[in-house]
Amino acid sequence: MVRQIIKTNTMKYVLGMLIALSTFAFTTNQKIYQTKSGKVSFFSSTLIEDIAAVNNQVDSKLSNNGQMIFQLAIRGFRFENATMQEHFNENYMESDKFPKAVFKGKIANIADVNFDKDGTYKTTVAGELEIHGVKQNVTTTGTIDVKAGKVAAKSSFKIKLADYGIKGTLIGDKIAKELTITVDCKYD
Amino acid sequence: MTTIQRILALLLATASTQVAVAQEVDLFKTVDSTKQKEYVEATFKSTHLINGHSIETTKAGLLDFRISHRFGLINSGSYNFFGLDNATERLGLDYGITNNISVGIGRSTFQKQMDGFLKVKLLRQSTGPNASPVSITGLAAVIIKTLKDSDPNIKRSTSDKTSYAYQLIIARKFSSSTSIQLMPTMVHYNLVPLANDPNDLYSLGIGARQKLSKRLSLTAEYYYQFNQFSGYYNSLALGVDIETGGHVFQLHFTNSTGLTESTFINQTSGKWGDGDIHFGFNISRVFKIKKQKLSL
Repeated sequence: MVRQIIKTNTMKYVLGMLIALSTFAFTTNQKIYQTKSGKVSFFSSTLIEDIAAVNNQVDSKLSNNGQMIFQLAIRGFRFENATMQEHFNENYMESDKFPKAVFKGKIANIADVNFDKDGTYKTTVAGELEIHGVKQNVTTTGTIDVKAGKVAAKSSFKIKLADYGIKGTLIGDKIAKELTITVDCKYD
Repeated sequence: MTTIQRILALLLATASTQVAVAQEVDLFKTVDSTKQKEYVEATFKSTHLINGHSIETTKAGLLDFRISHRFGLINSGSYNFFGLDNATERLGLDYGITNNISVGIGRSTFQKQMDGFLKVKLLRQSTGPNASPVSITGLAAVIIKTLKDSDPNIKRSTSDKTSYAYQLIIARKFSSSTSIQLMPTMVHYNLVPLANDPNDLYSLGIGARQKLSKRLSLTAEYYYQFNQFSGYYNSLALGVDIETGGHVFQLHFTNSTGLTESTFINQTSGKWGDGDIHFGFNISRVFKIKKQKLSL
């Protein structure tokens, strides 16, 4: 009789533990924020000419575990000058051969970001950027904005065209050797 | 089994499923999962292949100033400096209303022609879902001869001197370097040379571009006439396209003298076999009139 009671108590304890565990499993469920209309733009500035282009169809996902990916079609970049846009795809980016650019990265200080609390969180992101078929490791800083449950990721960094094997006669002349890339993704 | 044991077993089972659910998605493995529809661009470098139009239209907000120049016949000998002493020319302005619709006007020394055209992209070659294997552009042109009548006693009206050209251009970019287009064409003449001549002339053109490097391509253009005026031959042109920034230089050899559809397709009097060949060039200079709007 006594043994039976003890056994029942143990079971109740295990039961309690399991209930706690199952709810815990719920709360650690991964959250993924995504968008197909993120924005990536770049800017090139030389003494002769400033060139800007923007892509408004960036596919991006951000996980609350710190992983983030950005994918875009190179042909999706829009320029003010349609001729320039054609030259960009045909002569520089070889978009038939390398149609996409991809960034896979991790927010190093994801513990500092509270997705449930409004605020602007400064982040450091390290990852791999693939442009023109060439992969390079990139580390940059950015912010995660949380406002009324909506999450946005922003960053700005520079890349050297030579690092990605992008060649062309006007680089260093009308086109800067180093471009500034700006990322602005508002997740659904 | 007591009730508690049963609940325990059930919870164990659900807890383990939950653990499985809680296993995190690796975002890095979701790359390349979707393929978007993409339009094929730059099937040809320029809106004109050699004498005639290519599938391309002038892009929105751009004005293309075109000088098409044909020297005299190479077989005219050293006295005419192998044709370089003589020249015919067309000056043209093409404008892109949208990325799919362009208009143009031109003036040719040949028959002192004035011409105007409307060019519309009807279908664009694409990759990905619902892909189209070809691009199709429609062209409608009106050509008016303003050269004075040789016989002052015969008064020809403007209508008599007008011809129309309708063309479908069907193109495929096979690779980044090879593009081919077919051009079924109908030219209507209000007035024809002889009473028995047909007013509607049908022809089929074929054109090709082979890139040698990013900025250098070989081009070819040939029109086969299904019915024709007597004394005229099919037009053949072979050329080279050189691109430098906003300019495209086209250098070529052709047996055609005229530079509008009704003249080079149906009124080519030169014969390649006899050496009736013109050396010529087209220069295209594009000016940006209206900027495409960017929301940076």
